[in-house]
Amino acid sequence: MSKEPVAVVGIGQTKHVAARRDVSIAGLVREAAARALADAELTWADIDAVVIGKAPDFFEGVMMPELYLADALGAVGKPMLRVHTAGSVGGSTALVAANLVAARVHGTVLTLAFEKQSESNAMWGLSLPIPFQQPLLAGAGGFFAPHVRAYMRRSGAPDTVGSLVAYKDRRNALKNPYAHLHEHDITLEKVQASPMLWDPIRYSETCPSSDGACAMVLTDRAGAARAPRRPAWMLGGAMRSEPTLFAGKDFVSPQAGKDCAADVYRQAGIADPRRDIDAVEMYVPFSWYEPMWLENLGFAEEGEGWKLTESGVTELDGDLPVNMSGGVLSTNPIGASGMIRFAEAALQARGLAGEHQVERARKVLGHAYGGGSQFFSMWLVGATPPDS
Amino acid sequence: MTREEAPARREIAVVAFAQTDHRRTSDEFSEVEMLMPVLHNVLGQTGLRTADIGFTCSGSSDYLAGRAFSFTLALDGVGAWPPISESHVEMDGAWALYEAWTKLLTGDADTALVYAYGKSSPGSVRDVLTRQLDPYYVAPLWPDSVALAALQAQALMDAGDTDEPALAAVAARSRADASANSHAQLRGPVPQGDYLVRPLRTGDCPPIGDGAAAVVLAAGERARELCARPAWIRGIDHRIEAHGLGVRDLTDSPSARLAAERAGAFEGPVDTAELHAPFSSQEVVLRKALRLGDDVRVNPSGGALAANPIMAAGLIRIGEAAARIHRGESDRALAHATSGPCLQQNLVAVLEGDPR
Amino acid sequence: MPEVLKAPLVVEFPFTRSVGPVQSAFLTGLRERVVLGVRTRDGRTLVPPVEYDPVTAEELRDLVEVAPTGTVTTWAWNHEPRRGQPLTSPFAWVLVRFDGADTALLHALDAPGPEAVRTGMRVRVRWAEERAGAITDIACFEPYEGEGAGEDARVGRGEHAGGAAAGARHSGEFEDAISGIVAPARLDYTYSPGRAQTAYINALSGRRTVGERCPSCRKVYVPPRGACPTCGLATAEQVEVGPRGTVTTFCIVNIKAKNLDIEVPYVYAHIALDGAGLALHGRIGGIPYDQVRMGLRVEPVWTDGARYPDHYRPCGEPDADYETYKELL
Repeated sequence: MSKEPVAVVGIGQTKHVAARRDVSIAGLVREAAARALADAELTWADIDAVVIGKAPDFFEGVMMPELYLADALGAVGKPMLRVHTAGSVGGSTALVAANLVAARVHGTVLTLAFEKQSESNAMWGLSLPIPFQQPLLAGAGGFFAPHVRAYMRRSGAPDTVGSLVAYKDRRNALKNPYAHLHEHDITLEKVQASPMLWDPIRYSETCPSSDGACAMVLTDRAGAARAPRRPAWMLGGAMRSEPTLFAGKDFVSPQAGKDCAADVYRQAGIADPRRDIDAVEMYVPFSWYEPMWLENLGFAEEGEGWKLTESGVTELDGDLPVNMSGGVLSTNPIGASGMIRFAEAALQARGLAGEHQVERARKVLGHAYGGGSQFFSMWLVGATPPDS
Repeated sequence: MTREEAPARREIAVVAFAQTDHRRTSDEFSEVEMLMPVLHNVLGQTGLRTADIGFTCSGSSDYLAGRAFSFTLALDGVGAWPPISESHVEMDGAWALYEAWTKLLTGDADTALVYAYGKSSPGSVRDVLTRQLDPYYVAPLWPDSVALAALQAQALMDAGDTDEPALAAVAARSRADASANSHAQLRGPVPQGDYLVRPLRTGDCPPIGDGAAAVVLAAGERARELCARPAWIRGIDHRIEAHGLGVRDLTDSPSARLAAERAGAFEGPVDTAELHAPFSSQEVVLRKALRLGDDVRVNPSGGALAANPIMAAGLIRIGEAAARIHRGESDRALAHATSGPCLQQNLVAVLEGDPR
Repeated sequence: MPEVLKAPLVVEFPFTRSVGPVQSAFLTGLRERVVLGVRTRDGRTLVPPVEYDPVTAEELRDLVEVAPTGTVTTWAWNHEPRRGQPLTSPFAWVLVRFDGADTALLHALDAPGPEAVRTGMRVRVRWAEERAGAITDIACFEPYEGEGAGEDARVGRGEHAGGAAAGARHSGEFEDAISGIVAPARLDYTYSPGRAQTAYINALSGRRTVGERCPSCRKVYVPPRGACPTCGLATAEQVEVGPRGTVTTFCIVNIKAKNLDIEVPYVYAHIALDGAGLALHGRIGGIPYDQVRMGLRVEPVWTDGARYPDHYRPCGEPDADYETYKELL
């Protein structure tokens, strides 16, 4: 039994900002969903099911908010699923939705992910005062910085690599109207002069807190044939998980990430990702994760990822552009960040990314991860249907 | 629209089910300590190991636990190494089973492990569930889950659909049936008690407690290898309604009816129905919406009135219905799960055993 | 089995909710003692006004004003009000269909007892004395003896009191309209860490670090969580580790965290205690922050009354060779 090919025919995002004070949570998600429908030239009645994702409910203080959002997303009378796989959730949500089409359960599915961080404070949500536990001794970056140091030790990467990534992503964001940070006066010197928060991570190498939502309309071959604009086709998709903390865990290059990528490449017939994949939207919350993931995803040998960054390969006009949209470093509505990666990959494959479009982007990888570098979700999308 | 006519959909069955003994409190165990024996049990029934499982999916709630990312620690009980293909819904485990069912339909996996757990004992679940409500107009009033169910019960009484003695009979039948269910929390005669929120009495309300459940799904021949009499999922569907109680007819459940229709429940009679009706009055709504006659054995396990571990209670309905098919006590059963205030969201599965 | 630990866990936050235009109009209206609804394209009037049509999903923006009186469509007597609920003495929860509306609003009804409440009874808004633009600006409903009193409105399935009676259009514009609400939320939990972590914490009080060994892979987990996460098996065999250990990696924290009283800069490190299968986290002291390095050998420094070591300090041993701890990174 073969799977139904899955096409992305509609994509919508909000303009991501620190605080969307003009809309409710429903208004925020509605904006992204309405834009995705408009892109696909579909109405609410054309949608068979809704799959929604977000990070912990404590961030907005609404338990299972999809119950309240059913009306705003036109889900009344339809199936509605809510996914939560930590930071990878935006990607996982898209994959759950894609499976509904691939399994021929539904023809056309709306998938959406969001976070309205301004309703509370993510650090509060992440550090509830659990009794008996040792208090977190450092902020969000304190979790990641030791792993970055471990990577630097292993790879021998010069300590400027992180700033190169941040400088690139923030410049890319200037070409993306939906990106949160638009730092028009950014210079490499400014990135390198920004305060060292969690040495080796500088302020400019960290992601912002954003309010935002991202939505996609996924459909089958029949739906794609009716689509007004070019679809992107899903060529492979996978999720992998490993435990939070365990003896032998490799935080720098987790096995679950390698396995997830290998599964996607197998499905998509990718023999050499460096050669066969044209661009990547990867989940880089702190700049150093770009070289780390380049290795984890098989674009470079272990210890060599930073060389791609340093030599300009991952620039927008490079040989393997990474985070053309500006990435998580420029936009971070936590639960939506993974779906934005997936959606931006699809935009590239459709040739509709506008100013940050990569020429001849035929096969593009979208990548998300979360938890203690333990949950991974990825998809590879292309300009042509699978097996064609 | 839903592709009911899709050709040769893969056959998928529930091949094993396990649950904890549900109790008012389980504070001697962490969530993973509570969950792990159930996972071992369900894998043991099939002889499968974690590495043999094609897909794993779970359902739980951070709000119940009072901690963000609580599900990440539960994963410790699975033994996710080497890494596994895995997902999680912030919903009752019945919806995790639905996600796993779609995964198996794609052909990407032949077996799936589905689990769910919930500890209601650490918090005040009546208050916790208020956080599910419209955050602008309703949640600031803190209307608790019993109060909302009581509004629904009164609407049923006003409509002449039920009365207090009828509700008491539902409660009594459920606990009497539960006396044969060693996992149930409330078994045998339970006094109807005083009003909790009138017109609902303590007997009309579910026990508050902790528990976990797990199911193994398998496709086609794999199911027959793993289980003598697989419980084939002939159809499964779920639907949601508008959120506001004031815009809904609380005496009806159009979403349950539609889900049942899409799951094929009305295409033939069922002999058994496991309904996720935490309140006695909700069984009245569901029986009507699902067109269950008096000849259908409803909640032989005792249902959610006998044990209601939130986030797992819906999955347990599917597991109980499947287990009856496994044991040859049912040939065609309906299983139902619900989520949200006053039955806002409903899932229906139709399970069948091979002819005997 | 020794008694497990338990402690209260309070999850409390004042959420700041932006409300959007329709909800802003409704909530600001309440402040001004005006009840607004919203009209759907097919002529229904929804009170409270929602942003999106629950039937068609259309965006709704056409506001109308309705009278602050209405009819109870269902009710439930709450003899034991809970924290945060509208009234502190016994009251009825009610769904009230405002005159001119097709849908109902959930709130409280102040009545002397359940015998005084019935479906179909007429009620009116009792306004809160101090109003800020929130649903609680309606203090509650109260029985209404005025116009229409004594003659219950009919309430039945599918019957609408609204339609033609719906009120006049309203611009929804008010002076100083609210754009958001602050919604404080507090939930009280009793937290128990379970068997394995209780044993770990109890051992810490004797300044000993005790992990648990997996019966299958033999790795020692510190802190133990009751399961070997790679094997999915229960752990039980207790193994004391440390007290010395190796800094596997670290960062230098230069920004003060809100909830921590530690002077910056300081070093936050991953420390693999001798005999443990993985690293735990701690602060490094007793050495200038810029001299901390991977491989540094350390020992815990305890302070009276603290559950965890205050920090770890160099123990004077030579640095560990990278090869000895690279698997623990």
